[in-house]
Amino acid sequence: MWNTFRIAARNLLRYKRRTLLTVGLIALGTVFVLVFMAVAGSFKNMMIRQMTDSFIGHLQIHRRGYLAAIDNLPLHMNMNAKQMGMVDKALAETPEIESYSPRIKFGAAFSNFEQTTNIRVNGVIPEKEFATCPLLVSRITEGSRDLSALERGKILVPELLARGLGVKPGDTVVLVATNKDGSVNGKTFLVGGVLESATGPGGRDGYIHMEDARELLRMSDSEVSEVAIRIRDFSMLDSLALQLEAKFPSMPNMPGKSMLEVSTWEKLSPFSSIARMIDALALFIRVILVAIVLVSIMNVMVMAVYERIREIGTMAAMGTLPGKILSLFITEGLLIGILGGLAGWLLSGIIVVALRLAQIRFSFGRQENLLLVPSWDLLQWCAIFLVVMVVAVLASLQPAWKASRMEPIDALGHV
Amino acid sequence: MGVVEAKGLVKTYGEGDARVEAIRGVDFAIQEAEFAAFAGPSGSGKTTLLNLVGCLDRPTGGKLFVAGEDVSRLSWRQRARFRGENIGFVFQNFNLIAVLTAFENVEYPLCMVKSVPPERRRQKVLELLEAVGMMEHKDRRPDQLSGGQKQRVAIARALVTEPKLVLADEPTANLDKETSRTIISLMKRLREHTGTAFVFSTHDARLLGEVDKIFTLEDGKLNGGINSQGGGHVEHL
Repeated sequence: MWNTFRIAARNLLRYKRRTLLTVGLIALGTVFVLVFMAVAGSFKNMMIRQMTDSFIGHLQIHRRGYLAAIDNLPLHMNMNAKQMGMVDKALAETPEIESYSPRIKFGAAFSNFEQTTNIRVNGVIPEKEFATCPLLVSRITEGSRDLSALERGKILVPELLARGLGVKPGDTVVLVATNKDGSVNGKTFLVGGVLESATGPGGRDGYIHMEDARELLRMSDSEVSEVAIRIRDFSMLDSLALQLEAKFPSMPNMPGKSMLEVSTWEKLSPFSSIARMIDALALFIRVILVAIVLVSIMNVMVMAVYERIREIGTMAAMGTLPGKILSLFITEGLLIGILGGLAGWLLSGIIVVALRLAQIRFSFGRQENLLLVPSWDLLQWCAIFLVVMVVAVLASLQPAWKASRMEPIDALGHV
Repeated sequence: MGVVEAKGLVKTYGEGDARVEAIRGVDFAIQEAEFAAFAGPSGSGKTTLLNLVGCLDRPTGGKLFVAGEDVSRLSWRQRARFRGENIGFVFQNFNLIAVLTAFENVEYPLCMVKSVPPERRRQKVLELLEAVGMMEHKDRRPDQLSGGQKQRVAIARALVTEPKLVLADEPTANLDKETSRTIISLMKRLREHTGTAFVFSTHDARLLGEVDKIFTLEDGKLNGGINSQGGGHVEHL
């Protein structure tokens, strides 16, 4: 094996410029993929965090059918006390759940006594909501940034409405809502704070205390529109969603479908399509890398075989078995792949460190001054390196096979 | 049985109208430690015959025994293995592996064809390089060697596996007169030392003058032997 490696390495040095060019090309392809993955991955993760930690949560539980009608915030599709009891029990039995926050969601008229507009209201238990969406507090731009902003009788007003109606913390406003039975009720609130808009849905979402919501809607039962959930390990998102949904009883007329549905943030946020697009782009760039490695190594190896036909004939004449000749050329291709992959790794590492040191800041939606922190996922980087190796071997296979099957008499006579 | 024995050996190429009979039923034998040559004009079939004896090609008809083995029955892979075990090659253009030093070129068959342990390999290679007078150039690559030096390395490489037979196709064709004489005497000396039979395909009168047997070919047939000036006997065919 060592002898094969030694001869392969020497053969690569025989055509230094060509080897260097090929290695450079593979390194460049690897850099594109790794740096893109580091930057785009970081951007994606940050955006997901912004979405989930600001208002969506990692998972949400609704009564089946609620999500389809969520634009109308239908009160008659809330989970009842019995269903909420099942949810509480299921979540308590699941140690992977870090926290959860029940919400009553409804549409209301928001007035400063001079002007009126519509608002989406979330009735929450402040402690639970802040624990499940820890970035919610950072969205409070005016007013106190703590639980007191959401104590009973107070409302967190979305920035959009606060500006439009000219309200500020300490002002009195009124919410008028129609309850499940169709009767209308109103309640005055003190503005506890102004909420900066988060990207995506949530631009008209205000928050009040859950007890105030119940009072406004004249709810006698402990109804809940949705439960937002924060989990400990984000990588367990999908499995946990399935696991939780399995704990709820099936619909009587739809066997196999539970009456409560568990949705991941991807289903709830339009940003998931951007995240999927980033993943698709990463995949596309990986395919380009595969093509670069495949074409460049195959080209070099085809040239190498063509230029060394007499040498191959000599080796075969001396009794070198086809397998040894095959492994010699595959080793050459693999070595180019290893060198290109390692150079790509090194360059990518330098670029990622440089980007981190450069402290690049950017805006996303209405959020400004977000810091770009390119990250390396060692597992993904190793996977890319492995892909380069595998493709290098595959690219060398055809020329190596051709070399190993040459008739020595023909090869020796080649001019 | 000799190292090489051919009975009614035939080699044809192509079919129908394009059929060419390169070797037309030849019989010959080469004994152990013999110095023999195939001679004849260009196109007479001497290289074809050398390729058949070297198991680089398969005969179309007849029997060919090399080192006691009926090589006409061997598969492609078996022939490769057989060559590695029993036959050494010396080429007109030396055919050394360009990226390896003289030492590594001689070592090549021991590590890539046979699996000889490193220490034994080193000892054997140094022995051969000493025998061909290339010890001081052992670390040079082929492009740093003269034609004669390259051919010495090629001879050492051919002999390093202790083959029963060394085949040399025009081994002196690319060498000057003085170097040719040195190479021929080197091969004769090694033949006596190792007991290996040497078979040449050559036009070179100097080489023909040194061999024990000359098989003269014309149009794919052996048409008789000629006297060798080197003390060789007339081969009646």
